Amino acid sequence: MSRLLNRLFLGAIGLFMASPIIILLGVSVNAEKRLAFPPQGFSLRWYLELWNDAAWVNAISNSLLIAALASLLATSMAAPLAYGLWRRRTVWLRIFHAFGVAPFVLPPVITALGLLSFWIAVGGYGSFYSVVISHGVFLITLPLVTISLGLEAVNKEDLEAAETLGADAGARLRTIILPQVIPYAISGAAFAFVLSLNEYIIAYMVAGFTVETLPIKIFNSLRYGYTPAMTAVAIVFALVTALVFGLIGYFGDLPRLLGAWKSKEDS
Amino acid sequence: MNTTPAPATTLQGFSRSESVAMAWPMIMLAVFFVIPFGTMLTISFFERVPGGFFEPGFTLESYARFIDPFFFKSLGMTMMIAASASVICLALAVPFTWSLSRMRHHSRVFWLVALLSILSLSEVIIGFSWSLLLSRSTGIGNILVWLGIENRAPKLSPGLGAVLTGLCYLGFPYAVLVLFPQLSRLDPTLHEAARMLGASPRRAFMNVVLPNIAKALVAAFIMVFVFTLGAYLIPQLLGKPQQWTLPVLIADQALFQSNLPFAAAMSIFLLGVSLSLVVCVGWLGRTAPHDQDDAHDDARSEEA
Repeated sequence: MSRLLNRLFLGAIGLFMASPIIILLGVSVNAEKRLAFPPQGFSLRWYLELWNDAAWVNAISNSLLIAALASLLATSMAAPLAYGLWRRRTVWLRIFHAFGVAPFVLPPVITALGLLSFWIAVGGYGSFYSVVISHGVFLITLPLVTISLGLEAVNKEDLEAAETLGADAGARLRTIILPQVIPYAISGAAFAFVLSLNEYIIAYMVAGFTVETLPIKIFNSLRYGYTPAMTAVAIVFALVTALVFGLIGYFGDLPRLLGAWKSKEDS
Repeated sequence: MNTTPAPATTLQGFSRSESVAMAWPMIMLAVFFVIPFGTMLTISFFERVPGGFFEPGFTLESYARFIDPFFFKSLGMTMMIAASASVICLALAVPFTWSLSRMRHHSRVFWLVALLSILSLSEVIIGFSWSLLLSRSTGIGNILVWLGIENRAPKLSPGLGAVLTGLCYLGFPYAVLVLFPQLSRLDPTLHEAARMLGASPRRAFMNVVLPNIAKALVAAFIMVFVFTLGAYLIPQLLGKPQQWTLPVLIADQALFQSNLPFAAAMSIFLLGVSLSLVVCVGWLGRTAPHDQDDAHDDARSEEA
């Protein structure tokens, strides 16, 4: 009885989670240019239109490039910070760790407005690279958290043994620390990549009128007339997102990354 | 604990190359995080030039606008919307996370991938799809028509209900991920013992598990509250202008009313509110009774 209730509850939650995707999928395969659900006719023309419309292609490539560069930037900053904290928890490192985590916990509009004021003051408002740097700094939290988790798993006795056997700091880093931490760094970069792809308010405030990313383009087309192409692009994006997380889940230990102590082997 | 002895020449025990590497994130965060917040704080005291932008000066004019009844009304609406959405989110997320933490590895990964995918879905996509789901032409109201209950599908969006639905969808995966570490580290023998002594699963959960996670629940509520407080697109896409929340007003003032000082002042206010709430969470976490090391040491064999 309670098992059945549990199943029903999980099913209802699953339906709640899936319903927006179902409706987007339905509308995106409409044959005609109107929003209808259930779909009238079946056609993939809206998916094709994405590739033929220069404005959508431009938005997609902007978003992908920004996300790739920003996630690299975020990971390159997170790695030394996480490493430093793992070695020694000095006051300064802890303060900067708080700076790294804060933008992610606070309402993003605050960071967005701070960056808008900053870029207006220094003259980078509206530029592509301002968006890259803003996203990179905003998303540092994710690789910072995952790399710290990876470092926690490194066995300090192995390091001592290596040191006794004469390995210098560089060799210990290359042969013991990096091989264990790199999978976590990749997961962190992937998290940052996906979040940058979907981020709206910071990109909009920093360069919304000049650099059109995909979420901005979708919102603009929402205001100036619907087209089923928007639902097609939303579906493509949701698929990319699910694919990235699916890969992390398949190759990495997702429950541990998200804070469960029990690792893969135990359950 | 520091195992590698520090070379005598360096500050704070880091080698030269390590210090150089660590300077990179510190400089970046100082320039692109600390300075922007300083800039925003400074601008909030600047004078607004009507029709133009702003000019340097020192005035509390922007802060004085908080006394305006309009601001109070939208602040109250913002808090009410975020609080209701967080309560609903937690009511759904607690039993769900409890089931999730007791699943086998593969189904757990499946649900976690689904949750993460939804969590990172752009707000614009969530808002758009719910506006379709709640609309007259393509919405779920058509099921009622199809079943013959109503003649015409109801228009459910825009409105308060639509905003709350959208925010719950946005906040639910976040709530689960905030609760997940707490619930999956909880000693499973607690629940088992209660069951063995004859408690029904629900009673074991209510009387034994719930009191153990009470502080985690308060912390999760605050986190979800701050998270939904930050929603920017959903109130715009699913709500009427009277349901526009503080972030919408901030962006509106900054970009369309050209009143950056007032936007900055509101932003500082929102920062104060959310920062003090987050500090409360940290304080709750420090005094929480759960003992992580214990849970870690006896990583248990699988159950159910």
